[in-house]
Amino acid sequence: MDSKYISEVSHIMHIKSSAAAGTMESGDILIEIEPSEKQDVEVILKSSVANEFGKQIVKTIQGAVTAYGLEYATVNAVDKGALDCTIRARVIAACQRATGTDAFDWRREE
Amino acid sequence: MSRLRRSMLFVPGNNPGMMSDAHIYGSDALMFDLEDSVAMREKDAARLLVYHALKTIHYGDCEKVVRVNPLSTPYGKADIEAMVAAGVEVIRLPKTESAQDICDTEYEIERAEKKLGIPVGQTRMMAAIEGALGVINAYAIATASKRLIGIALGAEDYCANMKTNRSREGSELFYARSAIVVAARAAGVDALDTVFSDVNDEEQLVRETEAVKQLGFDGKSVINPRQIKPVHRVFTPTKAEIQKALRILAASREAEQKGSGVVSLNGKMVDRPVVLRAERCIELAKASRVVFEGEDL
Repeated sequence: MDSKYISEVSHIMHIKSSAAAGTMESGDILIEIEPSEKQDVEVILKSSVANEFGKQIVKTIQGAVTAYGLEYATVNAVDKGALDCTIRARVIAACQRATGTDAFDWRREE
Repeated sequence: MSRLRRSMLFVPGNNPGMMSDAHIYGSDALMFDLEDSVAMREKDAARLLVYHALKTIHYGDCEKVVRVNPLSTPYGKADIEAMVAAGVEVIRLPKTESAQDICDTEYEIERAEKKLGIPVGQTRMMAAIEGALGVINAYAIATASKRLIGIALGAEDYCANMKTNRSREGSELFYARSAIVVAARAAGVDALDTVFSDVNDEEQLVRETEAVKQLGFDGKSVINPRQIKPVHRVFTPTKAEIQKALRILAASREAEQKGSGVVSLNGKMVDRPVVLRAERCIELAKASRVVFEGEDL
């Protein structure tokens, strides 16, 4: 996970309700995030390129979720060939909606 | 010469498929839209998407413009901060009605630049004029900030405001176009024309582009990659125009060397404005990377 794209958070966030972001259009990814009983960020991925890029996509999603400040969550992702920057944007949007906050530390590129 | 702005391709801000390859079609500028093309409930997601795309994707030589939501909406301030942070080159303000709109937007841009440690003044602005009041105030708008690189006409909202509709020949836009291009020239900024909505009617697109070029516009917004080449063809000087311009400039140089204040070509006197137009033609040809065999621009 490239930390320059996502701000470090100073506190742990909590999911208030399940939320989604993204679409099933080509080049996009649909991210649904919900509370989890498990003590980690679980990603359930559907992707036509899962064999080749599945691990990388899951890693990007987990990195974006934890960087946002969520320790436990279940993420259902339907990938339609999204770039990494799209995956990060959709995960953060879903996190914002799930936690009921729009706090995001916009940063200039280092 | 200032930057080429013959075409500005609209890219909906919540469509990652279009955003990832928008630069490959060769438009001079890309305008990522956070305003009208994005549904209210997707404003947050589109802002994040454009922010991450701008920070990640290398858009080559395309000028990167983002149309933000107006400050009168709940989204305007956050849009500006995010886009300044993303390093966008130009923030396009929609529905500009007065110089105060520009000042208010500039205040927010400057606040974001200072907060983010970005040199103040780095982010440029352009204003879309989309109503009668904006047209009346066009010169005040065009001179309200040193950050402004141009003013543009937004015809759909303008026509609604004028209680008319867009026609094929565009007579309802004649005054607004004239007022905007005159204001832009007086202010020393670019004038950019509105979109032509029928992507299947290339013939009329070319006709309309020729008409706005004749008025003095620098370029035109496009909504489909297919519209880029026809628009560029209109705004790029032809071989005959370039050859004529080269002859005029050669005659001008010769007169200067002789110490003569009068330039003549083929027995005719060439006025100073003709020389200026020839210079502009060659600058445009160079910027458009036009190359003709045997011609040294």
